[in-house]
Amino acid sequence: MIHFVLLINRQGKVRLTKWYSPYSQKERSKVIRELSGVITTRGPKLCNFVEWTGFKVVYRRYASLYFCMCIDQDDNELEILEIIHHYVEILDRYFGSVCELDLIFNFHKAYYILDEILIAGELQESSKKTVARLIAAQDSLVEAAKEQESSISNIIAQVTKRFTAEAAEIGEHFPAERFSIQGYRYTDVDVCNV
Amino acid sequence: MEQLKTIGRELAMGSQGGFGQSKEFLDLVKSIGEARSKAEEDRIVVHEIETLKRRIIEPDIPKRKMKEYIIRLVYVEMLGHDASFGYIHAVKMTHDDNILLKRTGYLAVTLFLNEDHDLIILIVNTIQKDLKSDNYLVVCAALNAVCRLINEETIPAVLPQVVELLGHPKEAVRKKAILALHRFYQRSPSSVSHLVSNFRKMLSDNDPGVMGASLCPLFDLITIDPNSYKDLVVIFVNILKQVAERRLAKTYDYHQVPAPFIQIKLLKVLALLGNGDKHASEHMYMVVRDIIKKCDPSSNIGNAVLYECVCCVSAIYPNTKLLEAAADAISRFLKSDSHNLKYMGIDALGRLINISPEVAEQHQLAVIDCLEDPDDTLKRKTFELLFKMTKSSNVEVIVAHMIDYMISITDSHYKTEIASRCVELAEQFAPSNHWFIQTMNKVFEHAGDLVNIKVANNLMRLIAEGFGADDDTADIQLRLSAVESYLRIVGEPKLPSVFLQVICWVLGEYGTVDGKYSASYITGKLCDVAEAHSSDDTVKAYAVTALMKIYAFEIAAGRKVEILPECQSLIEEMSASHSTDLQQRAYELQAVIGLDSHAVDSIMPLDASCEDIEVDKNLSFLSHYIQQSLETGAQPYIPEHERSQLPSISDFRGQGHQEASAHALRFEAYDLPKAPVSKPSPVSHPSSTELIPLPEPSYTSEIHPVSAVLPKSDAGSNKIKLRLDGVQKKWGKPSYSSATPSTSDFSSEKTVNGVSSMGVSYTSSKALDSSYESRKPRVEIPSEKQKLAASLFSGISKAEKRSISTSNKPTKVTAHIVDKPQSQKLAAAPNEIIAEKAAHPPPPDLLDLGELDNVSKAPSVDPFKQLEGLLEPGMSTSSAVALESDIMSLHTEMPTNSQVHKNDVVLGLANASDAGIAVAQPIQISKGPNVKDSLQKDALVRQMGVTPLSQNPNLFKDLLG
Repeated sequence: MIHFVLLINRQGKVRLTKWYSPYSQKERSKVIRELSGVITTRGPKLCNFVEWTGFKVVYRRYASLYFCMCIDQDDNELEILEIIHHYVEILDRYFGSVCELDLIFNFHKAYYILDEILIAGELQESSKKTVARLIAAQDSLVEAAKEQESSISNIIAQVTKRFTAEAAEIGEHFPAERFSIQGYRYTDVDVCNV
Repeated sequence: MEQLKTIGRELAMGSQGGFGQSKEFLDLVKSIGEARSKAEEDRIVVHEIETLKRRIIEPDIPKRKMKEYIIRLVYVEMLGHDASFGYIHAVKMTHDDNILLKRTGYLAVTLFLNEDHDLIILIVNTIQKDLKSDNYLVVCAALNAVCRLINEETIPAVLPQVVELLGHPKEAVRKKAILALHRFYQRSPSSVSHLVSNFRKMLSDNDPGVMGASLCPLFDLITIDPNSYKDLVVIFVNILKQVAERRLAKTYDYHQVPAPFIQIKLLKVLALLGNGDKHASEHMYMVVRDIIKKCDPSSNIGNAVLYECVCCVSAIYPNTKLLEAAADAISRFLKSDSHNLKYMGIDALGRLINISPEVAEQHQLAVIDCLEDPDDTLKRKTFELLFKMTKSSNVEVIVAHMIDYMISITDSHYKTEIASRCVELAEQFAPSNHWFIQTMNKVFEHAGDLVNIKVANNLMRLIAEGFGADDDTADIQLRLSAVESYLRIVGEPKLPSVFLQVICWVLGEYGTVDGKYSASYITGKLCDVAEAHSSDDTVKAYAVTALMKIYAFEIAAGRKVEILPECQSLIEEMSASHSTDLQQRAYELQAVIGLDSHAVDSIMPLDASCEDIEVDKNLSFLSHYIQQSLETGAQPYIPEHERSQLPSISDFRGQGHQEASAHALRFEAYDLPKAPVSKPSPVSHPSSTELIPLPEPSYTSEIHPVSAVLPKSDAGSNKIKLRLDGVQKKWGKPSYSSATPSTSDFSSEKTVNGVSSMGVSYTSSKALDSSYESRKPRVEIPSEKQKLAASLFSGISKAEKRSISTSNKPTKVTAHIVDKPQSQKLAAAPNEIIAEKAAHPPPPDLLDLGELDNVSKAPSVDPFKQLEGLLEPGMSTSSAVALESDIMSLHTEMPTNSQVHKNDVVLGLANASDAGIAVAQPIQISKGPNVKDSLQKDALVRQMGVTPLSQNPNLFKDLLG
């Protein structure tokens, strides 16, 4: 069973934590402090496992981020290593070349995705497509809600648009459809595959 | 102009899906990202908490705003600060009808609350409602929360709904429902014990994800009781075979391995079922061998499956061919350059070594390499392996290594573990007493405070009793060497308390026995110990008792006692000590010194620590006295159980007693509010009371009864304690001062014996040494390492040869038995399985025969068939790729898909040509778009006002790049 998932960067800053076993807030801080000290100082060629107070912590480094999972003594470490990779691949697909910054600003999305992969400390879905489909279904809700809201913000937008073309120009700099495109792409895939 | 820019920025963010939060929040994240120290970060977060506290209680907050506050709370909590003031708002948000808000609410509560939190009770109702929702996304969100929040008490409230969801049309819901039930099982096995048949049924679900999920609870159930699930062996084997033959949908492939996570789970289950069961194991041999053969040793996931196969092979009834395959796999692991694989290899070796010890021998050097590796994790794993293969022949080398390592580390958890292992090995395999004492000394010296006190008692007993009762001279020798080594060590600073206790005891008991050391020398040392550790009462007590013994032996031997001035002052100091225990001992000592030699001899006989003391439990010698008292009008004694309201006498220790009495007086009603007292920090409480009137009254009302109870119980405990202290002194101690007749007329005759035997044992140990030396040079030509290897593994090979000759027979037999059915199986597998099934009909609860047949009898019309839209069984991967009409679906199967997005066509070509190049090429090519992509991101966040951090340029780096 996975006891917790921890994402920390090289400076030991926390990017995401998910606890599947009960830990008090105090214990959590202690765990993070101790583990970030141990893991971020380990050399690149050493094993990706650390034995830690009767548990094992499997970690894997992606660019500047460490993904760590704490497991029981008799779990299969290599498998956990691949579960981490599985998660990262799904994140990568979702965000499109995911980077640390994506996770910083969208940590709640990273949580939702994690919730579709792990539940109660067990791997619940090993098919990337199934996960992607569920996330896309949830995102379509967000889109729908946004459309509703935008009816209000449209009014504001129109008002501001009138002021100057400059504002609109600034707006155009943003690849605004990045996420929605991503969302549609998945549904496209689904249509083609099924 | 400035204003316009901010408007534009906000507009952009509004339409931009990802960074949908307000400027304020982005600024927070940004400033935390740029914080240079932990203190600065804390300051920012504290400020944020204050802002949120203020904002969140404002009336009429728009829901969208509230949602963001909740997410900001999550962020604060994630950074390790207390956000408990906002928990209630997260709970409220779960009640919302809007699914987006609900989802955020559920996310927040699952992150905030542990299952024992008081607020859970407010969510259960919502969860119940949501589990019945028509929208499966709502149900999913609720099930996520169920897994995290439902505790033993609330299980019955949601159990019926969750069970109902097992039949939900959406597989995502079924899957989560199973895992929720699994969670319930972990919380309270009895609550779902009647649902076991459901788990079995879900095993034949159409969706592989659901089937895979059902393996989790089944694994737990089988761990506890493998025998009731033996009928599932055939089914599991069948599923595993189908998975390995790529009958699952391709989306379950992971890096070209078919559904490896399901394979691993199945192999784990099979390992449990086949353990010690020859019949069940025979079903598994073929499929496990197939999987081992198919495993791709170049990928990580392939090795994960391979490792699980080795675990399975070493757990089930042994089969020679499989064992060989497993040994091959292990040697591949150990020879690999990857530390991960070496680690797995060492672990697997540790598993296999019980069955075929000869495997270890071929890997001696690899094991030694791992032992000397700078990687701590690998080293520890290797020590674990060595611990498993310790024999009396190699115990010295192994324990010496363990102790060296123990000294070098600071991690107290692991230090304790390795210390207890050293002790265990030393007790089990000690080649000589002398070695044992030396080893224990080292362990105590470096990890004394970490080892169990029992170990110290064992050591003292061993020194007192010796190994053989018939060989007194060896015992004397042992004691002498102990005394000598302790006198050497005792002056060292920072010795652990437990070790000092042992030293004091041994010096007191045996310090002057052989006449080598004078009483004044030993007593001087003991005084030094007591003075150096003046804060440790236990050590001082041991020291004083040791002094008393030495003086008593002197008096008994008729010598004149000279009390050193420092001893005198020590005794005086202790007789005025705050500790009644020390006082008592000091006065006893003074009393003993004043007695004549005859009396002392019977009070403190020499070397009588092992004498059995006959205890008159009925205290019959007191009956006369009692009779007398009763006659003069004393109250008769009332037995313990009759004065039930008085606290039990047995727990006289203050702490335990207080608690016990508190428990006796407290009732259920007082128990609940205890959690808020201990948990929330003082800062959070007042604010939460403003918002929630609920917990407050119960909190204050609770204080009164507790404070009222305390003084009472305190007084009670004090009274009892006083009385019992006296009892303890009278009846606890006399083990040493019992009046058993002295057995030791320790005359010169015996010492002569001792001396002569000393000579003998010296020569014998010399002989041993020389034989050891002669053994070493034989292998000395190669490096140090080989020497070490030889000393480590020599025992194994020797012992193992014997075991081979004995174990040869059974393994051969199994090979024989195994081979036959296998060839049969190859010929007519389905037939055999049907026959098998006929012979072992599964119990009725599974006998939904239709379903069963589906899985076991006719694998060709298996349940996964429907999902196999993409399956092209006959083709090799490369040709499949070439024929694949849909390029998009291709990249869903590919491992390096981050780049693949932009290079579908390139990859398709590359893949068709060569797998090896295929991986390398797209990465190279895709470098361009990646850089562009991250530049874009950079520009994006810059425009939003978030400047990239100078200390961490990696922020924009692709994680998979």
